[in-house]
Amino acid sequence: MADKQPKPGQPKPGQPKSGVLLDIRNLRIEATVYPPGEAPKNIVLVHDVSLTLEKGKVLGLIGESGAGKSTIGLSSMGYGRGGVRITGGEVILNGRDILKGGNEGFRKLRGREVCYVAQSAAAAFNPAHRLMDQVVEAALLHGTATRAEAEKRAVALFKKLSLPNPENIGERFPHQVSGGQLQRVMTAMALCSEPDLIVFDEPTTALDVTTQIDVLAAIKDAIRDTHVAALYITHDLAVVAQVSDEIMVLRHGRLVEWGGTRQIIKEPRQEYTNALVSVHEIEHQEQKPGTSPFLSVKNITAAYGRSHIKVLKNVSVDIFPGQTLAVVGESGSGKSTLARAITGLLPPEQGTVTFDGRPLANRLADRPKEDLRQLQMIYQMADVAMNPRQTVGTIIGRPLEFYFGMRGRERDKRVAELLDKIEMGKGYVDRYPAELSGGQKQRVCIARSLAAKPKLIICDEVTSALDPLVAHGILELLLGLQKEENVAYLFITHDLATVKSIADSIAVMYRGEVVRYGAKSTVLTPPFDAYTDLLLSSVPEMEIGWLEKAIKGRRMASAGN
Amino acid sequence: MSSPIVKLVAQRIALGIILLLAVSVLIFAGTQILPGDVAQAILGQSATPESLANLREQLGLNDPAYIRYFRWLGGILTGDLGTAMSSGQDIATSIKGRLWNTLFLAFWAAVVAVPLAIILGLIAVRYRNGWVDKLISGLALASTSFPEFFVGYVLVFFFAVQHQWFPAISTVYDGMPFGERIQAIALPAAALTLVVLAHMMRMTRAAILNVMQSAYVETAELKGLSAFAVIRRHAFPNAIAPIINVVMLNLAYLIVGVVVVEVIFVYPGMGQYLVDHVTKRDVPVVQAVGLIFAAVYISLNIIADIAAIVANPRLRHPK
Repeated sequence: MADKQPKPGQPKPGQPKSGVLLDIRNLRIEATVYPPGEAPKNIVLVHDVSLTLEKGKVLGLIGESGAGKSTIGLSSMGYGRGGVRITGGEVILNGRDILKGGNEGFRKLRGREVCYVAQSAAAAFNPAHRLMDQVVEAALLHGTATRAEAEKRAVALFKKLSLPNPENIGERFPHQVSGGQLQRVMTAMALCSEPDLIVFDEPTTALDVTTQIDVLAAIKDAIRDTHVAALYITHDLAVVAQVSDEIMVLRHGRLVEWGGTRQIIKEPRQEYTNALVSVHEIEHQEQKPGTSPFLSVKNITAAYGRSHIKVLKNVSVDIFPGQTLAVVGESGSGKSTLARAITGLLPPEQGTVTFDGRPLANRLADRPKEDLRQLQMIYQMADVAMNPRQTVGTIIGRPLEFYFGMRGRERDKRVAELLDKIEMGKGYVDRYPAELSGGQKQRVCIARSLAAKPKLIICDEVTSALDPLVAHGILELLLGLQKEENVAYLFITHDLATVKSIADSIAVMYRGEVVRYGAKSTVLTPPFDAYTDLLLSSVPEMEIGWLEKAIKGRRMASAGN
Repeated sequence: MSSPIVKLVAQRIALGIILLLAVSVLIFAGTQILPGDVAQAILGQSATPESLANLREQLGLNDPAYIRYFRWLGGILTGDLGTAMSSGQDIATSIKGRLWNTLFLAFWAAVVAVPLAIILGLIAVRYRNGWVDKLISGLALASTSFPEFFVGYVLVFFFAVQHQWFPAISTVYDGMPFGERIQAIALPAAALTLVVLAHMMRMTRAAILNVMQSAYVETAELKGLSAFAVIRRHAFPNAIAPIINVVMLNLAYLIVGVVVVEVIFVYPGMGQYLVDHVTKRDVPVVQAVGLIFAAVYISLNIIADIAAIVANPRLRHPK
């Protein structure tokens, strides 16, 4: 693979060579935004970005949210989400400028020359139609195949993507197939009309880490065998390093750095790229468990409704003052259900939760206010965890009024202190949640839970929806607050890098059971049980060739497949 | 068909029957609470106390209310709706022809109104927020905003008086040829169509617009489907449940709410019959018609519920 390095932001001089499939020149994309209480204004999402992609090659587009990755990817299909408009530059596909073709031209190339694989296949498939009808739709529409040919091709692709039951899976409806499988069916759908280019828009981000690795391997094989070119959009450098020939780093709609995969991850030339490459590690020295836990979960079994399927089976964990217990596992393993059982939202069928030496009432409604105060929660989606019509001051002030009866100046003073603690300052008191960034929203949620002065904060995937650099800031904040306030965390996550950064002890959950539990150093030291091994070996590493090695070395297949 | 659907459908039907029984109690109780004595009403002011007492005995009016209710209900279940006080005719016989007339009118109004409303809704979504959308919405809302009698008389003025294409009075009789019958009901059917059109059109538009935000609609657009194909193939099937609901509500209105239109066009349907007998204080007829209207309303809503259940692929094809 060539390690070429064109100058960022400048198109290559001269006519494109015959091998060039996509040539984007000086692309400029704008959108109209409607800020609350202000006049609508135009903002520029993509500033003067140029790129070229040769036939059969994969270019990774990477950056934080708002970097313009998806917007650039969709521009190769002439598509703008919402009110997004392409206002400048050229998009030359197969030698012609597609922006000159108008709507009719866009329709002819979408689904034929360029196909799209969305982030959440579960949402991107129409729930009303069978998978096969959706997979062959584009090929039939553009007349590239008869129905029989297209179905034959689809079944061959299902096989190639190692879907179970390739002959019959097309007869199923989207809700009858798991998320990881749907993502592969969507890749088959994109490949079915034999396009020249596929835009992969975060195709594995919504999947569990153990499922991601299989889907990633399937996508990589399919790209190699069909010689299709691809734009691979993701925020995860380790993932993109496995599939791309070249990587383009974007930030705020501008090009930061563009180069071969090895150069970007081994010798980044820009400071921002360097920050992305080295973001993960926070050195966190584990604390020895104290003598007595203040919260103790003993043999809890729980189910939803009158179902016979137990979501928690005989789960026991201890939490020590001022320490962090991380609960890891894939979706459906019972992590969040454990949090619901501890908080009383889902009364357990068996087992007890002991707090400060006395049992807690099973049901939320039976717990006194004081018990409620001691256990607080922070959620993954900070946006929906706050009332959009309340200001930051009201949101943080509410627990102060509710638990401590604070009013007026006393409350305002405490709110200001809490805003200082989360490094935001009292200038934010009158802001509404919609005016905050994702990271700031999560900080406000942290301040709200701290306001109750709890002994334990349950953090449910609090950094999962955030960009890596922002998530990093949140983790450092949480660690700092733990030292100052001596608060304990029950930290639910599927991300092992986060676990390493924050945990003192770890519980690994699998299908409702705790399969491995102990101090961080013990849990993360071999020998591993089969599931922990799978989990640990599935975390993408920023190393070329990691994917092949990891697939080869596995002892157990993922359950989410 | 799988078991969860059968169970849900059985539940809906059982609920409907319970509801209908509750309505029958209310109708019966309502007519009991009304002032006036049936025997007195039949015999008039000059009746002697003896003849009143005899008639009461004969009609069973001296029995307790619950016995009279069960007697009435039992009669209905065996097809005996009782006898009209004003004319002495069997209610079931008089209703039969009129119910058929009402259903005939409602059916043809629905045949025009439902597809028209849905197609207009689809077109409004295709050209959303453009002038076509605004024109469709504006005209439909205007036609709904005018009262039915006004719409009816305007139609009569233009199409019966000025142009004489259709009769102003919708007379129908047994053995009337189909073509003539259709011509006779053209104007009332048009009036009904105009009244129900906007509600169904607006609801279709809103339900589809709601679905247009979905990721799978974007997927369809990115396959290169034309805007109308996206709406028809990908948005419409997922908006079907709310659309069926509003269609059924309007069908119910076409049967139950036609009173004014029937009176304007002197059409011999249920509405006319009901109005005639309310003015004559003919309680058995009012009870019978009320119960039939309730049954129509409840069954159409059950059909809407069942259609919404069946339209859901998650219920139709469980994991």
